[in-house]
Amino acid sequence: MKKEITFTLNGFETHVEVEPHEKLLDVLRDKLGVKSPKYGCGRGECGACTVLLNGKSVRSCIIYAIEVEGLEIETLEGIERDGLTDLQKSFLEHNSFQCGFCAPGIIVTTTELLRNNPHPDKNEVKEVLSGHLCRCTGYNIVVDAIMDVSKDKVGGKI
Amino acid sequence: MQKFEYLKPLSEDEAISLLEKYGASAKALLGGTDLAVMIDDEMVTPKVVIDLKGISNLMRLELRGEYLYIGAGITFNELIASKIVKDHFPLLWETSRSVGSFGIRNRATLVGNICSAVPSADSAPALLVLNSSVEIRAKEGVREVPIDKFFVGPRKTVIQTGEIVTGIKIPLERGETGASYIKLGRYDGEDLAQVGVASYVNSDKVYRIAFGAVAPIPVRAYEAEEYLKGKDVDEDLIEEVKPIALKAISPISDMRASKEYRLYVSGVLLKRSLFASSRRLKKLGPAYGEHLV
Repeated sequence: MKKEITFTLNGFETHVEVEPHEKLLDVLRDKLGVKSPKYGCGRGECGACTVLLNGKSVRSCIIYAIEVEGLEIETLEGIERDGLTDLQKSFLEHNSFQCGFCAPGIIVTTTELLRNNPHPDKNEVKEVLSGHLCRCTGYNIVVDAIMDVSKDKVGGKI
Repeated sequence: MQKFEYLKPLSEDEAISLLEKYGASAKALLGGTDLAVMIDDEMVTPKVVIDLKGISNLMRLELRGEYLYIGAGITFNELIASKIVKDHFPLLWETSRSVGSFGIRNRATLVGNICSAVPSADSAPALLVLNSSVEIRAKEGVREVPIDKFFVGPRKTVIQTGEIVTGIKIPLERGETGASYIKLGRYDGEDLAQVGVASYVNSDKVYRIAFGAVAPIPVRAYEAEEYLKGKDVDEDLIEEVKPIALKAISPISDMRASKEYRLYVSGVLLKRSLFASSRRLKKLGPAYGEHLV
């Protein structure tokens, strides 16, 4: 049975009709045109579909859209609304992705990490990255890009 | 794609009456990190999904006198962020950090982990050695089940149709204790455990040992605990107790490991866990959360 849900998407109040079994990822991509979250494994393991739900990184492929009624969703589109963030710029400087499929998820999760802990150490960075599969880079350049922002961050935007 | 109806009760009473109304065709939803995958795989086919996240009563994490109360809605990352958990229940803290990945821990709940009841559930060995109990509510009232009576088979628990788990209670220890959870996966990160071992010791030299992923359910090794009672662990004692402890488990072969490997490595991890717990009791480290494999 279809139901209209209301939630905040990247700062804007959003209304959309959903069926209870529809996943948040599918609604974002197919009904709302938000394409940064990707469908990877569909089981919450690869991290490609990661979005922020009330500021916390979650797997949108295993959340039903109807669950986010009244809540706040932020995707990479929202994170970069005012231009590329320092983290994104660092990814560019370090060439931290090749195919780019995993990058939105990694940047969303790392954004949560840096907002709560602006100076994570390498182990903390690796710990949050363990939920993200990247088959191109071997992770070192991803860690480097994040550590650069961690090191440099003095009150700039993440 | 399986379709279902979605309901979001705002109180435990409302949830219970919905569960009574829909019976076995209903499934309770918390983090959904297991349930959504099980629905996709058609392992379960609920007609109604009852989302319990609207029930504020289930969102409590608090010390109540002699025990810690963990409401059903509390996620692993909330446990990890809790100072009470870190200071007074470091084993639970250490264990929570081993579950899934960071993004999963933002959503997955401790109660959901035990209700899914997979043999490798990371939280189970720790809850077993901490003598936890599970609070279960039904229309008739509340009952409490000790965690070692909660699991009855792979993916099977004592929860009956019409019941929900509302929380978990863990007794608060006044004296010094040392404990550890060691999870062996194929790699660091979000793999399921090939073997999980938790051990506990207090200043009266009372030991508790539990294994995950090496039996149909997570198990305590009571006979081995009895053997160790009152003794200090050293290499010789561990070699003596190993075969006794391993009698409690019956591993199988699957995609993650063979039964022979699991059996052997259970003994190795038991030794490391007992040493780590004993050292922690004496405040000699390794710190909680440090890699023990």
